[in-house]
Amino acid sequence: MSSLSATIQDVFNEPGCGKNANKTEAERKKGCTKQLQPGGAAGGCAFDGAKIALQPFTDVAHLVHGPIACEGNSWDNRGSASSGSDLWRRSFTTDMNETDIVFGGEKRLYKAIKEVIEKYDPPAIFVYQTCVPAMIGDDINAVCKAAATKFGKPVIPVNSPGFVGPKNLGNKLAGEALLEHVIGTEEPDYTTPYDINIIGEYNLSGEFWQVKPLLDELGIRILSCISGDGKYRELAYSHRAKAAMMVCSKAMINVARKMEERYGIPYFEGSFYGIQDSSDSLREIARLLIERGAPAELMDRTEAVIAREETKAWAAIERFKPRFKDKKVLLITGGVKSWSVVAALQEAGLEIVGTSVKKSTKEDKERIKELMGQDAHMIEDMTPREMYKMLKDARADIMLSGGKSQFVALKAAMPWLDINQERCHAYMGYIGMVKLMEEIEKALYNPMWAQLRRPAPWDEAGMNWQAKAIAQMDAQAAEIAADPLLAEATRRAKKICHCKTVDLGSIEDAIAAHGLSTVNGVKEHTSASSGCGACKGRIEDILVAQPGPILQAAE
Amino acid sequence: MAIVTTSKKACSVNPLKMSQPIGGSFAFMGLRGAMPLLHGSQGCTSFGLTLFVRHFKEAVPMQTTAMSEVATVLGGYENVEQAILNIYNRTKPEIIGINSTGVTETKGDDVEGFIRLIRQKHPQLEKVPLVYVATPDFKDAFQDGWEKTAARMVEVLVDPVEAEAARDPARVNVLPGCHLTPGDLDELRTIIEDFGLKPSFLPDLAGSLDGHIPDEFTPTTIGGIGVDEIATMGQAAWTIAIGAQMRRAAEAMQQKTGVPFRLFERLCGLIPNDEFIAFLSEISGRPVPAKYRRQRGQLADAMLDTHFHIGGRKLAIGAEPDLLFDLSSMLHEMGAEVAAAVTTTASPVLERVRTQEVLIGDLEDLEELAKARDCDLLITHSHGRQAASRLKIPFYRAGFPMFDRLGAGHQLSVGYRGTRDLVFDLANLVVGDREANHQPTPETWRTTDSGLQVVPPQLH
Repeated sequence: MSSLSATIQDVFNEPGCGKNANKTEAERKKGCTKQLQPGGAAGGCAFDGAKIALQPFTDVAHLVHGPIACEGNSWDNRGSASSGSDLWRRSFTTDMNETDIVFGGEKRLYKAIKEVIEKYDPPAIFVYQTCVPAMIGDDINAVCKAAATKFGKPVIPVNSPGFVGPKNLGNKLAGEALLEHVIGTEEPDYTTPYDINIIGEYNLSGEFWQVKPLLDELGIRILSCISGDGKYRELAYSHRAKAAMMVCSKAMINVARKMEERYGIPYFEGSFYGIQDSSDSLREIARLLIERGAPAELMDRTEAVIAREETKAWAAIERFKPRFKDKKVLLITGGVKSWSVVAALQEAGLEIVGTSVKKSTKEDKERIKELMGQDAHMIEDMTPREMYKMLKDARADIMLSGGKSQFVALKAAMPWLDINQERCHAYMGYIGMVKLMEEIEKALYNPMWAQLRRPAPWDEAGMNWQAKAIAQMDAQAAEIAADPLLAEATRRAKKICHCKTVDLGSIEDAIAAHGLSTVNGVKEHTSASSGCGACKGRIEDILVAQPGPILQAAE
Repeated sequence: MAIVTTSKKACSVNPLKMSQPIGGSFAFMGLRGAMPLLHGSQGCTSFGLTLFVRHFKEAVPMQTTAMSEVATVLGGYENVEQAILNIYNRTKPEIIGINSTGVTETKGDDVEGFIRLIRQKHPQLEKVPLVYVATPDFKDAFQDGWEKTAARMVEVLVDPVEAEAARDPARVNVLPGCHLTPGDLDELRTIIEDFGLKPSFLPDLAGSLDGHIPDEFTPTTIGGIGVDEIATMGQAAWTIAIGAQMRRAAEAMQQKTGVPFRLFERLCGLIPNDEFIAFLSEISGRPVPAKYRRQRGQLADAMLDTHFHIGGRKLAIGAEPDLLFDLSSMLHEMGAEVAAAVTTTASPVLERVRTQEVLIGDLEDLEELAKARDCDLLITHSHGRQAASRLKIPFYRAGFPMFDRLGAGHQLSVGYRGTRDLVFDLANLVVGDREANHQPTPETWRTTDSGLQVVPPQLH
């Protein structure tokens, strides 16, 4: 059994991921996530990530070993849907108290496992490690092993205490637990040439059921979904699938890759967001299955289904065109998920006027240009004031984003729609795209907005915050325009590295003074990009924009 | 007299309890320009933050010292220092409120010591109050975190006053427990101001989490009581503490400034509000405004109208001690039977809950008790939704968190008016349930072998 730190090093080495494979060994050891910034960090911990990834297994009892915070503050917080058991939505925790901290919590954990089995008799128990028991040295692997032997039931340790890293790492550690303890431990009653695994799909709001009927129609059997609406036994025999689809995210790439290595199950990375992506994914599933021995006629049937569904979907979207004429969308999202949505939005006649590039890589930015044209407005960071100004100047009519910017947008009286995982509508597959258009239409044409943008009757004209903010911005802009020195100073004062508070001017000066041509060079001289590293892309852009010194250095 | 027992289970199932540190952060959210900071791993903050955002549907400021495994073992001085500096540089807070967590308490970080060192090293922080409260996750509950943090704010932020010093007879300090909503605080503010008094609420969630649209967007809290106002609370003539959890803060205030306090353990129901209004009349020297005489009449009438539906109901309630005591007492006074009561942590009010037994336990306990005792009304926070659907009984959401319904911040229970609306809501819930699920059929009253049915459905 490998130690936790060895497992972590193992998941940091991911040949399945292009980004990871391009790193040096030293870079790889640091992991694929940013260093955390005290006082400036957001996001969940590794325990959170592990729990999110595995919790949608519906018939499993998920037992959290730790003090009340880890589970008491977080349970029943995900909108995955189940077609069967509701056990996954119940919460189990050892709720460790002071005595457990002093004397160790292993006994309580063992008793807790016993109680859960006696009361709920689940097919398996997943036991999650958290920071406090990890610190005091509770050996959950040993407890799980003893309990499994004693009670004759799989008791799976998920070793991902919060402080080892962020959510993303927890996703992968959860995957490791499945690979080490569950996958391959049982055999299915029968197999077919049409058996696939879906990896990294959580069935939020039941959205996978927007796609499943198509797979059913084609006779494609989901042997195991990891983990949305999944069942323990299906997971245990998932190694008998013929092919796998890794849905859209790198969260569980280690599971997909290792299942390919160990059991010869080929996988592809695909998505069911967007019409084109849905069609591509269906085709790819069919192709892989045929490669593994399914009859070739599967592809003909798949093409027929795709043609039918696409026709239906485009016809449905057609009716939005007049409603969306001249309407402009601002797209703020970190993820790749949105690319596939862009095509559908454009097809419906919406103009995408800007997108966030805060978390995007260089390739992402290229892709944006490809999709939206060279002058696509790429937004690094947007204040509520700027957002309101965009709205006011009719440069955007609606914002689509993840849940975090929700309140900023709504308080700026800007129509807003959630396209991240907290959303309560299902947007998958062909039906999902039509549903998304409906929601956009509802948001855009709600008569409420006009009322909210009206000033209160007692406010003097121009005295509400929106007007004040715009006036302030306009005044600043005018001042800058009138004074080239001020304009230059403002340009140079732009913060590039937020962690180390380095501005554009200092970086340009360093580049000029030392003839720098690489991000590392800039890092050495200004300490920019030595914090979280998120500004790396911005620095690359600055380097590109400084032809002089770079050319000299290159010569 | 209720007997208070503690669950003996090794495994808590469907917890009612939330952790102490986020109760502490919640208290800091009632201060203006505040940044609550949890000293722990980033998950400690992120879970709490998500819970608050889901409850209030608002952006909520909350930060973390982002302790890694190594930092946890070696000690968190550098993380606390960096966190404070980063927050100071980026958000220009008026106050940083720090709570410890299970991870950092297990290690035993001396945060008070850290803060002294940080202040020496970084004189620019001189004007920023840094209030620290020890709140390990493995002890106590949400309400205790609030209680300790509110008391600590008084100890650190209120300027001492000589006992004989002249006081402003119109100024009143209000120390509300965490069971009151921003809506409740606004209601209390209106009532108190109607007596010509000037209240200072500490903490004041109504200023920060009532959902208003701020003039300026700030990364810290968008309102609440200012540090400057807190400093002068010693000049008030009286302190009103609401909920037994606030006794500690009220005593700290009295000790430091000599301001006498009156503790109102409840503000839901007719009698508690009679006492409250009479007290305000007494300290203000003003007669009770006609508005409240009318409101009292309305509540009395609401009680008359609703007692048909609430009377005889068998209540299963799960809530933190002060909310449990307040709501269950009011319903007991309306003729309901408190058949099952589960809470999160010890409190002196528990033995006075009008029931046989109060269990410090979880929602599995509550569900089992409710089933065994045939309860027909469930009151607890949103996590009771699964139990309610299994029990198939009417479910009223009260307390924190309320993430699956809207308007949590404005749900009222205090005052004549708040109580009036609450009993109407509860009665309507019962009526709706009867219409949906308990319509009589020709078979309803047909006698069977089991003899005469003693509880026919009510027909009003």
